Amino acid sequence: MALKFPSFGSAGSAPELMPQGRLAGPMPWVIAIMVALTVIAAAAGLALSNTARNAADALSGGVTVQVVEANPVERNRQAEAAAKALRVTPGVTTAEIVPQEEVERLIEPWLGARVGDGQIPVPALVDVRMREAVTGETLGALRRQVRQVAPAARVDAQSSWLKPVFGAIDSLQWLALALVALLGMALAAAVLLAVRTSLGTNRETIEIVHLLGGTDAQIARVFQRAVGFDAAGGGAVGLALGLVVVLFLGQRFGGLEAGLVQSGALGWIDWVLLALVPIAGLVLAMLTARITVLRALRKML
Amino acid sequence: MTDPSAGEIVQFDNVGLRYGTDREVLSDVSFTLFPGSFYFLTGASGAGKTSLLKLLYLAQRPSRGMIRMFGTDAITMPRQQLPLLRRRLGVVFQDFRLVPHLSAFDNVALPLRVAGVAERDLEKPVADMLEWVRLGERMHALPAQLSGGEQQRVAIARAVIGRPEMLIADEPTGNVDPDMAIKLLRLFEALNRMGTTVVVATHDVHLLKKVPDSLIMRLDKGRLSDPTGALRYPPRPHGGFGSRG
Repeated sequence: MALKFPSFGSAGSAPELMPQGRLAGPMPWVIAIMVALTVIAAAAGLALSNTARNAADALSGGVTVQVVEANPVERNRQAEAAAKALRVTPGVTTAEIVPQEEVERLIEPWLGARVGDGQIPVPALVDVRMREAVTGETLGALRRQVRQVAPAARVDAQSSWLKPVFGAIDSLQWLALALVALLGMALAAAVLLAVRTSLGTNRETIEIVHLLGGTDAQIARVFQRAVGFDAAGGGAVGLALGLVVVLFLGQRFGGLEAGLVQSGALGWIDWVLLALVPIAGLVLAMLTARITVLRALRKML
Repeated sequence: MTDPSAGEIVQFDNVGLRYGTDREVLSDVSFTLFPGSFYFLTGASGAGKTSLLKLLYLAQRPSRGMIRMFGTDAITMPRQQLPLLRRRLGVVFQDFRLVPHLSAFDNVALPLRVAGVAERDLEKPVADMLEWVRLGERMHALPAQLSGGEQQRVAIARAVIGRPEMLIADEPTGNVDPDMAIKLLRLFEALNRMGTTVVVATHDVHLLKKVPDSLIMRLDKGRLSDPTGALRYPPRPHGGFGSRG
């Protein structure tokens, strides 16, 4: 940590109080690692948040009608009747029968290629879009209406299928938040240890400055500034490292072409938030340095 | 805590100092120092001179007694106010206490930087001061590159650069040649004539004779010897300094 007396005079040519070059100690690199990990954890949290929000928006007005009937002719008849009845129901914007080929394609990964040969009965699906979010009351009304024309039909809100997924996403978001908080605490602890070591090493110089009339605030500012330089350098490196990892992971997940994963793409506000991570680290590091120095100096005369 | 009517710059009343649980190194020390006076503090090695000076330059709090400096109670005052009192003092430490990583120039400039003097305003006075102590050509040298005498001159230059109200010097001529010792004493006298109170701790009895108007404080085994009462606290009603050296 390089200590300088910048704020005692007005010009910037004041000397280094300690003969150490910038980025010489481990401090900037520790900060760089902490910031990189924080950026990755924060990006994961933001992506999960986007995923949950987009999925909830997409599913909130969706209802699925399944007609579970072994006889294909009766199944298709009930599906047609249910769709027709739903189209004239108030609050319903669309009610479309999902083509049988599409349904078979969706379940083929689980049931194999024999799905299409008619040996395994596959339910007929009707995808219903409501004008507003589905409540228990509207779902009950839809069920009563559909059962009159299609007794083999089961009516479910689409959001209810993903409840466990939303629960898991919620937990992962909290985990990301906890990781960010823990990394912040680790950063503060690293700064605290470095400042304490530096205080011990420079005790003689600090005593001299005190005896010459230097105030605690002036001495704290010297440490604050030194830590600030380390945190700024380390934060910039950490942000760059973190962004490279986030972009790489984004590219890999984007390649999955899965709707739920792609809905987690980061928006511009998310990128701005990630760019603020090193600034938050800088403020935290400088604040920790200041408090540590002031508390230590209080024990000296 | 400030008493504007106080004429004394320093008042010690029944001051005692002990380190840890050892016996007192200073006992029942009472005296007053007046603005613009020149004092020598003498005594054998181990008599307590440096301890007394530490109390004077506020590096130590006493174990007992009362100390007032510049009309302010220096014992009960909050430590946040100590820097302002310290800036009114200039101190030459026995072991110089130069910052090892700073050049002679930057060591001398340190009190000015602490006081917030702008860089452009401190360059000339610092250079002039170093020139005056014959270190003009060594201003960029680090303390380790200077001899003991040169380090001492840097320490003295640092102590006087801010024109302190009171100059405290612990054996300031110990490492310099006789010519430089006389020159430094003349500097102290010049500062004294401009109103600076000077306290010089020395065991060199020849030095005392070189400043005829000085007052002498003698320490013997931690006790202040003041047979004439010129330094006693509370001061005599009519003032007057009886024991001129």
